[in-house]
Amino acid sequence: MITPSAPRRHARLLTALLGVSLLLTPDIPAKAAAVEPLPTTEIAPGVHVHQGSHHAWAAHDGEDVANIGFIVGARCVAVIDTGGSPAIGQRLKAAIERVTALPVCYVINTHMHPDHVLGNVALGAGSPGPAYVAHVRLGPSLSARAPYYLEAFRREGGQALAPDAVVYPTQTVADRASLDLGGRQLELRAWPTAHTDNDLTVFDQQTGTLFTGDLLFMGHLPVIDGQLRGWLRVVGELKALDVARAVPGHGTVSDDLRQAIGPEETYLTTVLREVRAAIKAGVPIARTLDQLSATGIAGWQLADEFHRRNLTAAYAELEWED
Amino acid sequence: MNPKRRMLISLPLLLAAGRMVHAQQAGATDPALDIDANPMWLQFRDSLFAGRPITTPADDVLRLEAPARAEDAAIVPIALRAQFPQSDSRYIRRIYLIIDNNPSPMGAVFDFTPASGRAEIETRVRVDAYTHMRAIAEMNDGKLFMSTRFVKASGGCSAPPGKDPQAALATLGRMRLRVEGEPVLNRPSLAQLMMSHPNHSGLAMDQLTRNYTPAHYVRLVRISYAGEPVLTAEVDFTISENPNFRFYFVPKGRGELKAEVLDSQSRRFEATLPVQPVSNPA
Ligand SMILES: [Zn+2]
Repeated sequence: MITPSAPRRHARLLTALLGVSLLLTPDIPAKAAAVEPLPTTEIAPGVHVHQGSHHAWAAHDGEDVANIGFIVGARCVAVIDTGGSPAIGQRLKAAIERVTALPVCYVINTHMHPDHVLGNVALGAGSPGPAYVAHVRLGPSLSARAPYYLEAFRREGGQALAPDAVVYPTQTVADRASLDLGGRQLELRAWPTAHTDNDLTVFDQQTGTLFTGDLLFMGHLPVIDGQLRGWLRVVGELKALDVARAVPGHGTVSDDLRQAIGPEETYLTTVLREVRAAIKAGVPIARTLDQLSATGIAGWQLADEFHRRNLTAAYAELEWED
Repeated sequence: MNPKRRMLISLPLLLAAGRMVHAQQAGATDPALDIDANPMWLQFRDSLFAGRPITTPADDVLRLEAPARAEDAAIVPIALRAQFPQSDSRYIRRIYLIIDNNPSPMGAVFDFTPASGRAEIETRVRVDAYTHMRAIAEMNDGKLFMSTRFVKASGGCSAPPGKDPQAALATLGRMRLRVEGEPVLNRPSLAQLMMSHPNHSGLAMDQLTRNYTPAHYVRLVRISYAGEPVLTAEVDFTISENPNFRFYFVPKGRGELKAEVLDSQSRRFEATLPVQPVSNPA
């Protein structure tokens, strides 16, 4: 695929591959310097966040679309999501190395979507390497989808990735878990099916920062790839949490989770109400998509990419209601 | 059951794993995207319809409705609609649904009778890749008509597997059979069959255990009214999780609408609905 960005993409891919091959040897500073670190902001002491841009993953340079974070303890570093390509993961690694010399001990994935997990492979350095931590259902869901994600990446992003570029969890969470970074505890919570069937949140006790993964979308239209009613129940629980700030999966960091989650709750509630009404009125699925194609999307980005998809998923779910 | 069809469908399955990636090398000259030269299509055409003319386009006989883009790769609503009512002298006997670049391209074969009233089906399918979709009607006199649509694959993070396989499995076999509106004596009446089933392809490998999730999908749906066949669907995992079919039947008096379902693990499911048609439309 010949696009103006193609040479840069190839360079990045090459860097990613080289990075992986260096994993068995100690860091070579000259290599690290060749990678442009992801810009990050320290939003609270020891909590660093990179905000992704609002694009659909893999389309037009869209590898860097999800938010990424890392938290530095006294002993080691935990990474929360790794970006939409090995190259982004490599730049994340460089960003971490700019902040601290401590090793990465945990790579946590908030769910199986490719914009959050495809950088995993670049974080595998060190001996012992990091534990890859995720919801117990991430592995099966990701492995069922990985061939499609890689194909979409090739088709729309113009890059071929080998199947082993997808790195799976080595440590799973079925309900709750604590991770110790040295004087710093992270509380992990696995949720019932909501945005996906494998959503996981990460709470940093020290600063009261909650990484919501894609349970919270801001600006970027929420995407239903799990269960709409389950998601709304989880939104209700998230609103009741006492947190100092929330890092959404997409959008800006907020110090008011209840307010930040409002638009998402309104959108999901609207989809629920309108699709339910269509089903009750006996409107078939295809016609429902046409009738509701503009309902509830005002103010959201990427509605063209995701709204009809959400209506489809909502219809297939809600038609089973009594 | 049609043994010929079983044989045909197993071949693409064997090819599926290796084919997915290179079937889609995008570009104007890609044979996978060429409506006349897709290799899977040529294979089906030669083995199923050897030497018989196929009239296309044929939107005046059979319309295939499908979205231009598969918004959700796991649930793509489609409709096959005959453009005339079934009668004893002229009816559609069978409709083949072929999705060229899916792992199992011939995802469904629907058999109709004059008692179907209308040869129409609405359902949801999985779409794996950019592909032509074909509906081929075989008339009672053997003539063939084909309608096609091109469907773009969904964007990045949508994929054909189901959203909550555990939930689908937990309610496996739950069925709903209902008539839309009031059934009218001797007129085609619309009905819907819904079934809770994961419809697993058996193509996805669990990277942790290196095991494949066993194939487990609905393979046969048989609908009858008052003991007379209305619709027989031979299907596979091309159909979305929780299969859903809307179809017609003609009630010629009081009777029982019955759906029998067989899955690939030889489990049998059944749903029935007593129907009392009215003689005049409400
Ligand atoms: Zn997501």
